[in-house]
Amino acid sequence: MSCCAPGAECLADAGTSNEELLLASRTLRDGLRQTDLSVPGIHCGACLQRIEAALGRLDGVAFARANLSTRRVSVQWHGGRPPPLIAALKQIGYQAHLHDAAADRSDPELTRLLLALAVAGFASSNIMLLSASVWSGAEAQTRDLFHWISAAIALPTLAYSGQVFFRSASRSLRHGRTNMDVPISIGVLLAFALSLYETTQHGRHAYFDASVSLLFFLLIGRTLDHVMRARARQAVAGLARLSARGALVARPDGTQIYLPVDEIEPDMTILLAAGERVPVDCRVVKGRSELDRSLVSGESAPQLAVEGTALQAGTLNLTAPLTVVATAAAKNSFLADMVRMMEAAEAGRSAYRRIADRAARLYAPVVHATALLAFIGWMMATGDAHRAITIAIAVLIITCPCALGLAVPMVHVVATRRLFEAGIMIKDGSALERLTNVDAVVLDKTGTLTAGRPRLTLVVETRTEARALAAAIAAHSRHPYSQALAALGEAQTPVALDAVAEVPGAGLEARSGETIYRLGRPDWAAAPLSVPPNAAVVLSANGACLAAFRLDDQLRSGAQEAIAALTAAGLSIEILSGDSEARVSDIAGRLGVRFTANARPADKVARIAALRQTGAKVLMVGDGLNDAPALTAADVSMAPASAADIGRNAADLVFLREDLQAVPRAVAVARQAARLVRQNFGLAIAYNVVAIPVAVLGQVTPLMAAVAMSASSLVVIANALRLGERRWRPPAAVRAGLTPPLTPGLVP
Amino acid sequence: MIDFFFLVPIAIGMGLAGLASFMWTLKSGQYDDLEGAAQRILFEGHEGPVVEEKRPAPPTGIRT
Repeated sequence: MSCCAPGAECLADAGTSNEELLLASRTLRDGLRQTDLSVPGIHCGACLQRIEAALGRLDGVAFARANLSTRRVSVQWHGGRPPPLIAALKQIGYQAHLHDAAADRSDPELTRLLLALAVAGFASSNIMLLSASVWSGAEAQTRDLFHWISAAIALPTLAYSGQVFFRSASRSLRHGRTNMDVPISIGVLLAFALSLYETTQHGRHAYFDASVSLLFFLLIGRTLDHVMRARARQAVAGLARLSARGALVARPDGTQIYLPVDEIEPDMTILLAAGERVPVDCRVVKGRSELDRSLVSGESAPQLAVEGTALQAGTLNLTAPLTVVATAAAKNSFLADMVRMMEAAEAGRSAYRRIADRAARLYAPVVHATALLAFIGWMMATGDAHRAITIAIAVLIITCPCALGLAVPMVHVVATRRLFEAGIMIKDGSALERLTNVDAVVLDKTGTLTAGRPRLTLVVETRTEARALAAAIAAHSRHPYSQALAALGEAQTPVALDAVAEVPGAGLEARSGETIYRLGRPDWAAAPLSVPPNAAVVLSANGACLAAFRLDDQLRSGAQEAIAALTAAGLSIEILSGDSEARVSDIAGRLGVRFTANARPADKVARIAALRQTGAKVLMVGDGLNDAPALTAADVSMAPASAADIGRNAADLVFLREDLQAVPRAVAVARQAARLVRQNFGLAIAYNVVAIPVAVLGQVTPLMAAVAMSASSLVVIANALRLGERRWRPPAAVRAGLTPPLTPGLVP
Repeated sequence: MIDFFFLVPIAIGMGLAGLASFMWTLKSGQYDDLEGAAQRILFEGHEGPVVEEKRPAPPTGIRT
């Protein structure tokens, strides 16, 4: 149902228990509790009405409100037990999952920016109103009065709205660096000081409008930038949580209690239902099931779990309930190891300097030196200190980095927006710049290049009846193999079976008259000799092999095109997977890409570090827990929406759609954005080249400054809007069909 | 000159009134769901199913 986050549902359909709902809700006041749910399927006004009506009908629900922008529902309810919220939503066709309370904090930064923007907007419009009267000829006392009123409005505005820039400027100065906010702050403050002095001297020229409208323009850029990134982060935060929140613990006295993950200690006995994820590292003491380790190690084939098997946190239990004993607390589990490795990788990575800061480092000294030279020159020429200072400050005002300050943020806002429309969420502003320089792409296999859903194909072509029979038996199980097999037989007529039973960890046994059919593990279903060697699933009748199926990794849609587009863009590509050699080489062969198999998390980090040593800028695309350290170690990283929580958080970009072409598209947008940023810098420099001589010659008036500043800002903004005007298309090589032909066994 | 004593305060006062009302809308969460608000204008009846008579506590923490 849900139109977002494809691929996340199929294996993660673990369901949310009442205990989990209770654990995640928070108390408002006397018995009223609030639960926030993420409902990715909300996409129109009718959804809001249906959801609110359905939830409102439930007993105990006091208030339900759906939010279309964030695709969330907040519900307030009474009583000790939560109402069946998720079931009610499922009934009307919406997948819902708990929203992470930690990701749910309001955004004080945005509120601050909006308030600063509103104040600056108010002040600049009023001061402009007064300035327009002065420009159109107000004289003597009237002009002084208007200047004084302007000063009265400008002072509190600078004190309030200007803080955004002053704080950042002083922070960077204290660290002995300059960023773009330093020349901005100097320009704004000097313009105000000069204007105030002129006003007290009944002077003709005051630049209050310039100083405040500069703040206003720059705050627009800052706020838009922040809003776009907050939206992207929110979309990522709304994705289903894949790690366990807690587990059902059996206490020695026989009672059961649901405990949050942090409170689970070693030697506790945990009851793990089918479809649940392992909360902490543990060992199986009872039961027999199969495990999906694809998020943990990258292995795509399910593994058998019997008594004594050690399980890593994050593994998904597929077929049957297990009783396990915890062997480590959450803070010592596999997940925690990954976090430590990520921290180590993070520490080894040098801080990236934003392009705007690098520009400011060149720009600020040049402009300030020019102002100083103008001052010295006029001092020597006229000996009039007042005049020399006025002109020097006019130079600073006219060159104030309005256009330069907007050059980067506006392009980034438009680029983030374009990516957002394509389902690609960018979480960090500098990620776009880092993506531009990428020249090597490292891809994980399971869940990134492949769809994460297994696909079974016949080893030897068999009669259609055998396939129909296999599909009919498989329809009785929720095991991913069974579901893949059942899908194969959809077109065929159903086969009548007398009784079907599931044998956990082995397969399905069906009876039809005298014949006993078995569908499952080769060693269990049929005599060993009759089974082809690479078979993963076998259908047998009374022990004789009828059909054998082998596991086929299904490429994510768009994988071929994505690889072709990345190659065409001049990037070197390789696969780094934790899966077995045979499987990885199969996929790599199909795509024509270098690969490394059996890579442990540390190997992945080492490989990326080695690539970076050679001077390459690495883009890592991965989804598993085991990829998380590598995602941190790379220059820039990307993860699909179906990735493990920790990987999603570590990645700079998250793509929500199934299609892998998100990767080349993001690179293309980043490169286009970088081109526009360079153009914007060129425009800003060209403007300064014209404006500085006029200012140095002492010919600048406040009206000229206002017009020049607004015009240069508008030019820069208009240039930024050109980004992504034409729709993104794959490179010519892909369109012309020069890519390797699709393998016959592949569903396009 | 005397006109300024009326006109200037009126002009600035109107600006301040606009600023104050913007701050109020921001604080009371009216920008939390801009897309939803655009759709809700088409609904009939009240804005949402408040089941109980008493006013609910405003939902916390889902500010944008």
